[in-house]
Amino acid sequence: MSTNKDIATEPKRKSSALNDPQVRGYIFQTLLIAFLVWFGWVIFQNTLHNMESRGITTGFDFLQNPAGFEILMSLIPYSSNDTYGRTFVVGLLNTVLVAGLGIFFATILGFIIGIARLSKNWLVAKVASVYVETLRNIPLLLQIFFWYFAVLQPLPSPRQSIDFASAVFANNRGLYVPAPIAGDGLGAVIVIFFLGIIGSIFMVKWARKRQEATGQQFPVLYASLGLIIGLPIITYFILGAPLTWEMPELKGFNFKGGVRVIPELIALLLALTTYTASFIAEIVRAGIQSVAHGQTEAAAALGIRRSVALRLIIIPQAMRVVIPPLTSQYLNLAKNSSLATAIGYPDIVSVFMGTTLNQTGQAVEIVAMTMGVYLVISLTLSFFMNWYNKSMALKER
Amino acid sequence: MKKRMSVLTGALVATAVSATAAMAGTLDDVKARGELLCGVSTGLPGFSLPDDKGNWTGLDVDTCRAIAAAVLGDAKKVKFTPLTAKERFTALQSGEIDVLSRNTTWTHTRDTSLGVNFTGVNYYDGQGFMVQKALGVKSALELDGASVCIQAGTTTELNLADYFKLNGMKFSPVVYDTSDQTVSGFASGRCDILTSDQSQLYALRSKLDDPSKAEVLPEVISKEPLGPLVRQGDDAWFNIVKWTLFAQINAEELGVTSANVDTMLKSENPNVQRLLGTSGDAGAKLGLGANWAYEAIKQVGNYGEMFDRNVGPKTPLQISRGLNALWTKGGLQYAPPLR
Ligand SMILES: N[C@@H](CCC(=O)N[C@@H](CS)C(=O)NCC(=O)O)C(=O)O
Repeated sequence: MSTNKDIATEPKRKSSALNDPQVRGYIFQTLLIAFLVWFGWVIFQNTLHNMESRGITTGFDFLQNPAGFEILMSLIPYSSNDTYGRTFVVGLLNTVLVAGLGIFFATILGFIIGIARLSKNWLVAKVASVYVETLRNIPLLLQIFFWYFAVLQPLPSPRQSIDFASAVFANNRGLYVPAPIAGDGLGAVIVIFFLGIIGSIFMVKWARKRQEATGQQFPVLYASLGLIIGLPIITYFILGAPLTWEMPELKGFNFKGGVRVIPELIALLLALTTYTASFIAEIVRAGIQSVAHGQTEAAAALGIRRSVALRLIIIPQAMRVVIPPLTSQYLNLAKNSSLATAIGYPDIVSVFMGTTLNQTGQAVEIVAMTMGVYLVISLTLSFFMNWYNKSMALKER
Repeated sequence: MKKRMSVLTGALVATAVSATAAMAGTLDDVKARGELLCGVSTGLPGFSLPDDKGNWTGLDVDTCRAIAAAVLGDAKKVKFTPLTAKERFTALQSGEIDVLSRNTTWTHTRDTSLGVNFTGVNYYDGQGFMVQKALGVKSALELDGASVCIQAGTTTELNLADYFKLNGMKFSPVVYDTSDQTVSGFASGRCDILTSDQSQLYALRSKLDDPSKAEVLPEVISKEPLGPLVRQGDDAWFNIVKWTLFAQINAEELGVTSANVDTMLKSENPNVQRLLGTSGDAGAKLGLGANWAYEAIKQVGNYGEMFDRNVGPKTPLQISRGLNALWTKGGLQYAPPLR
């Protein structure tokens, strides 16, 4: 520090840039990074070389070879004729699916329980705290096994399925729901739905400007509901309801038709959601409690209704405390989804690092690719959450 | 900085060197350690199963015990490492075990690209199907649309896809990591079928609460030669593992058993003399003592004894010799001559 000051206060003297501590810092950091990259590369090459000399095949050519095995669930068309490269994509998408759905449901459930813990109703608050204390103290793997082996597997066999209105069926092979089949014109309904969303965004901006300028309020909520839901529904009926449903039906051993949600996905999703929600609930509770009580009182003194105060004053301030730890819960959830392999959900670890690795034996390449996937998922999530955090941060006017 | 760099480069060179050093000398390692490290399955009745005291029994287990007897003179000096199908090759490649003896099928890909060598076949098998009797299925060709429980990282996964594709049928695979999970998936009704090598189907069926509720279909859809394997690049060790099994098969052919091996030491038959080391230097050529095969046969038995004790008609698995009979009795078990 002191040298820094000395340089700054000394009269400007012509000296080599190398003496500038900042420049020097950059040079050393660049050198360090270059060294680390070189070091990693040498290790990688060395490993591959050693493996080659022991007769172990290396390289990425295997990605073009036919896989020869089937996968339980795939979001893209896949058969055993496809390549190992495609098994990578199938596994990746299955991981993204369960992580995405998990984050969505865990956030909703976590917020509800976090707010419930602060409820003035004794029963609601107690139920919420029992939930949090139980779920976050039981290892996640046990919870996954509980849902899978204790709850879903004992369901009846397909021939004795539990039947909801002959449209939805539950059995030990999964949950079967009717599949929507698009008719002519459904595209238009979807386009209008998205136009409704865009329209609402503009409307919200316009309404805010108008309120700032004139103080007049606009019923934003109802108007956007009308745009996003009402308009598409009207279009749907004007076009003659262009949507039919394909019902699941028992044929041979299993149900055919409809959409099938496999029990492995349901169990994993339930476990990830309820487990992570217990942590999110604590984060939300802490966030709300961190907002000084004076804020609530000040709002009341200004005559602002409690619900409005919560929405406009408490939650925005609480969010600043909530978002950073929330991000790390999202990252945990994404990484925890790799426990899928324990119950046979075909995520990237099970399909790619499991079966593909075993059939090809190319451990180093496959493990590196799988690690890369988790790294990219985590970095994307953090990037997005940091951006959101910035947009929520205190703006000084 | 410079100093640190040279330390790191030194470490790198050291890893590179030690990696090549680990390639040879398994025999010396085993002798120095006084113990054979053997990879087996996590629990498959008849092949490798620990009892409640941690004693392992089974055909794959005995295959390792015979090697320990030949090399160390004591069939008990084996440390067994239970491995799932997914873990087994890495365990062998990384040097965690000396031999993998875990109902592993000898295939072209495994032999050519994993850096391992199969040393022989201790059980000729083929893939089959087990179904719940209640389904009333009598042939594998009636299985269109079925859910199938399988274990990850096996040849089973590949054969299954081929078989259904060839016969124009569809199926949905439910893939688990361990055989216990696979059995539980089948028992709970998550799957209609469990598929695996036939010998393992009988073994897994004996693990069910009520084995009589399940039945094994007649079809055999693949060739599964199961046998021990070692790391590629250590030919001396490869020869020892290979010839221990051959010695046991030759012993059966020559009528040498654990019960009569001591009297056989006086045999006039030159084949028996070479086997038991009373003449010739078969042991020395392997880098072992003259009594290498004697110890293996005395302590573990010949191939037939090993088979009968673990999976034969008098065991719960009740498997007949079939393909695993000696070539002289219409089977495939045939060992090159010991001379
Ligand atoms: N022979 C086949 C299959 C071997 C295999 O792992 N079979 C399963 C049967 S479900 C098994 O033995 N599991 C026992 C275990 O995981 O411990 C192969 O080499 O890929």
